[in-house]
Amino acid sequence: MIFLTRRATFSASHYYWNDGWSAEKNEQVFGRCANRNGHGHNYTLEVTVAGEPDPVTGFVVDLKWLKDVMEREVLSAYDHRHLNLEAPEFAHAIPTSENIAIAAWRRLEPSVTRGGGARLSRVRVYETPEIFAEYRGEL
Amino acid sequence: MRAYFGRRYLLSASHRLHSDALTAEENAATYGKCNHLHGHGHNYVVEVLAGGDVDAETGMVVNLVAMDDVVRTKVMERFDHRNLDLDPLFASCVPTTENLCKAVFELLDGRLWPAELALVRIEETENNFFEYAGR
Repeated sequence: MIFLTRRATFSASHYYWNDGWSAEKNEQVFGRCANRNGHGHNYTLEVTVAGEPDPVTGFVVDLKWLKDVMEREVLSAYDHRHLNLEAPEFAHAIPTSENIAIAAWRRLEPSVTRGGGARLSRVRVYETPEIFAEYRGEL
Repeated sequence: MRAYFGRRYLLSASHRLHSDALTAEENAATYGKCNHLHGHGHNYVVEVLAGGDVDAETGMVVNLVAMDDVVRTKVMERFDHRNLDLDPLFASCVPTTENLCKAVFELLDGRLWPAELALVRIEETENNFFEYAGR
């Protein structure tokens, strides 16, 4: 089994806010991230697929194909967007790195599975070079 | 919904790789320049990975501020800008980055509530890193 990872970057804005809480509680739990005017990051998306190398091509998957899937399913929806306001999955879920990793998985998984060569193994989202979240599906 | 949250911390410390169980020649042969008498230092990058359920109210696996606080008090204040050789945890084992990884894991294990510590990865230089997942 080979694990193959491709990286891509996207830039987006977001804020953290739970509508079920008071303004004070939001500010206490989320700190500066609760500023309703939002703020932004240069995110790095790391997508890992797992499979066996094809005996003819030596590829687990064609990296160009994986790049296109990431572009189409994730970057086109998130890059240079406000995640709370423009990505439907964050209308009611807070766009933390954890939830972005899960949402990106859900966006990618059907296409990767349809591609046939490999299974989606891991999605990692870096919010800054020091902070990241990872989702491995429901094991 | 289980997910993982990770954070990277910079730790600068010195060490010398030297085993009392080996002769001077054996130490030099085993550890090379890492065995030089007066030690040397690294800018380590400590990556802490916490796993757990994503809280429905916060969208978080673990609160980053709480995690920072635990890592600061348990690991950074203990090792940053110190000589690892002198820490009691390395009194009877060599402060290789493998052993530092295990030590950091044990110092943090059970303290990242409500998440669990999943992995400690330490990069000694840009070209070597070590990982420990608790077993």
